[in-house]
Parts: sequence; structure tokens; C-alpha cells
Amino acid sequence: MAKITYIEHDGQKHEIEVANGLTVMEGAVQNDIPGIDADCGGSMACATCHVYVKEDWFPKLPNKETGEDDMLDQAYEPKANSRLSCQIIVSDELNGLVIHLPEKQV
Amino acid sequence: MIKTDALIIGAGPTGLFCAHQLGIIGLKCEIVDNLDKIGGQCIELYPDKPIYDIPAIPECTGEELTNNLIEQIKPFNINFHLSDRVQEIKKEKENWIVKTLNGKEFLTPNIVIAGGVGSFEPRKFPTKSADKFDGKTVLYSIKDKTIFKDKSVVIFGGGDSALDWAIELSKSSKVTLIHRRDEFRGAQSSVDKVKELQKNNKLEIFTKYSIKDVKGNGKLESVEIKDDDENSKLISADYVLGFFGLIMQLGPILDWGLNIDKKTIPVNTETFETNKQGIFAIGDICTYPGKLKLILSGFHEGALAARGCFKYARPDEKLRFEFTTTSKAVQNRLGLKND
Repeated sequence: MAKITYIEHDGQKHEIEVANGLTVMEGAVQNDIPGIDADCGGSMACATCHVYVKEDWFPKLPNKETGEDDMLDQAYEPKANSRLSCQIIVSDELNGLVIHLPEKQV
Repeated sequence: MIKTDALIIGAGPTGLFCAHQLGIIGLKCEIVDNLDKIGGQCIELYPDKPIYDIPAIPECTGEELTNNLIEQIKPFNINFHLSDRVQEIKKEKENWIVKTLNGKEFLTPNIVIAGGVGSFEPRKFPTKSADKFDGKTVLYSIKDKTIFKDKSVVIFGGGDSALDWAIELSKSSKVTLIHRRDEFRGAQSSVDKVKELQKNNKLEIFTKYSIKDVKGNGKLESVEIKDDDENSKLISADYVLGFFGLIMQLGPILDWGLNIDKKTIPVNTETFETNKQGIFAIGDICTYPGKLKLILSGFHEGALAARGCFKYARPDEKLRFEFTTTSKAVQNRLGLKND
């Protein structure tokens, strides 16, 4: 279990307890947090679960999957701290993770 | 005006199998899709990725699945209208009049929306200033490459489209290629070619940069790019091209008076009809309690929607349930010879 803070583009914060094994994307979708579309359902075939990981957390996450950067090329305004939230699997180590949501996904 | 028993929107696996089921019960259909090829997400997003949960097929790729479905519906000679999009629908007595972007018109009692997550559209630049040049000097696809001759062209993107056009246009234009990171995802041979052109001063490359602003008063003059530390650079440009892949948007479907719940359309699970009579929704685009976004669910939904179409297409007939193994009528429709 990890407490994850999702911050919408307008600054609204959502603190959610997400079970281990789920993805950061599923944590948002299952709790109706707006701002993550996840059109392809987590198969890394689109870029609509794009998030910005808070800078100090970014290096602590497991490395990007092969192909994740290719999809991020196709995201809305990707930055150095961009990730696809469907590829970040929640574990105890991620307790306190802070995620910023982009202005939009499409 | 094309008359048909059912118009299917979307040529993905769900739409294709629904066409099969319509054919089995003796109904005609036409299929519209705004991609230039058949297969929907299977062919556009993951043609080479193996799928492991199609019943009785332990493993197949998106492309193989699509090819098999095309083979399966061959007996029904279904017309496809590709690179087109349904734009507007209007009810006239018992029928719907359907108009497409390319000006085609259909008259049909049934519309089956098998549109997945929407139609594929190119992703555009996030900068609002790019909008006013959209379609003129800021482009996301190329129809006529001669317009770029002897012009300054700035290309954004790291995939095959961006690389291929950078190589092609560098022959007769001043090309600058800009990508958000050092690695390109296009074919290695194209990456090598682009780097060779750069070495020979045939084109310029800036990596780890993205678009900041598009400048010009009436006429496009330059594009401003920025790196991760917000250092910016100005590049003069007659044309700006963006190749960031495709996104999916519901588009005109939103304007048809259908109930919409989080980009999906609620349906009844008996016929997969929506709140509008004669409009059905199947596959990823429909929702109901327990909905699973799986291809196999789309097949089931398409089979039931086809039966739902029957009563509007043949109001005076009663649909008999028949098996493909035993029904002579069905086997005739499949083009099989009976003794």
C-alpha cells in the first residue's frame, strides 16, 4: 500500500491509498480522479495516462519500460519528468509519491 | 445515396465481426472508418503485439487477427469506406440518413457504432499560437510536397513520419528536425540517414528541444523552441510540420444526442441499442454493468447487435435462430456448396 498524491493541473490535490500491484494509472481511474484518460487500458499503446513525476521522486522510480519513451514522444507536452502512469507499479516503496497531471491528455 | 440494412462505424475487430453476424442473418452492411486501412486499434496501435485472449487462438498479432477477420467476412462482399468519417446523422421516418466528411450519403435503418475510443486524428502542437496557421503553414500531414520547394521547413517528431519527411524534403528545402530527446524511434536506417545528412550540412537537428511558440503576423515567420531548462532558440520557418502520432477522439458522435458516460455510450445488454432507436454501440465504445474492454466481448456484443438490427431492417419477418453447422440458408450466404 502506498499513499499517492495526484495533483491536477489546476492545483487540486487528491491523496489516495493505492494497493500494491496496481498501477499509478489504475489508482487514479478507480478513484475517479480526472485528468488520466488511459484510452488503451494500460497496454502502453497510447499516451493518454501521461503524468509528470515530482522531480525528487523521478529518479527513485524503477526505470522506464522499453518503448515507453516512444509513446511519450506522442504525449501532450512531454517533459524530462514525464512517465506513463500505466507503467508505474505501486509498491510500499512508492509511499508518498507525488504525481502532477498535465493540462490535458489529448 | 447508398441504401443498406446497417451502417457500421469502425473497421476494428468488433465492427468486422458484427458485419459477419449481419451477413449470417442475411443483412447487408457498409463500413466506414477514418483510418486508411482495415483493423482499427489492432492495426494502428499494435499490429505486431501478440494477443493471448482470443478464444481458441492461443496467440496472434493484431495484424493476424485483422487478416483472419477480413478472410471470414469475404463471402459477404462488404463495402468499406476508408479514410472517411461519419459526420452527421438525421432521422427520416424509419431510416437514418448518414453523411460523411467526403460527401457520401447512406440511407439505413441501423447504425452500429463500433468506434473504439474514437477516430484517430493527428496530435497537434500544444501551443495555441500554432492554431491560427493550422492547415496552411502548420501541418500534421503532407498532401503536396511541392509546396515546400526552396522553403525553410521545421519538422518536429522522432518517429518514421518525421524522419522520412526530413530525408525527403532535405533534397529541395532547408530542413530543421527537432525532437524532444536524443533517441529517435524511427527505423535505424532512417536514423542513420538523417545523421549522415546532418554531417554533410544537408539538414540541421536539434534534440532535447520542444516547441515553445510560433511567431508571425499573418504569415508564419519563425518557430521558437525550448530545452528542458527553458533556454530558447528562434528558427526561421516558412512551414512547421508536427508528427507526434495519432490520438483518438470521439468527434461528431458527441453531437448525435446519444447518452455519453466518460467517453462511452450506455447500451442495453439485450441488443446493444443506445438511447436512440436504431443506433447500436458495441466494443470499447459501449458501456454497461460489468463491461470488459476485451475483443471477445466486442464479438459477443456485435452478434447481439446484429440481431437487434434485424427487426428494423426486416420489420415484417421473424428472425429464426440457425447454426452455421446445419442451416442450408446460412451456408448459402457463406457461399458454401450444398449437395
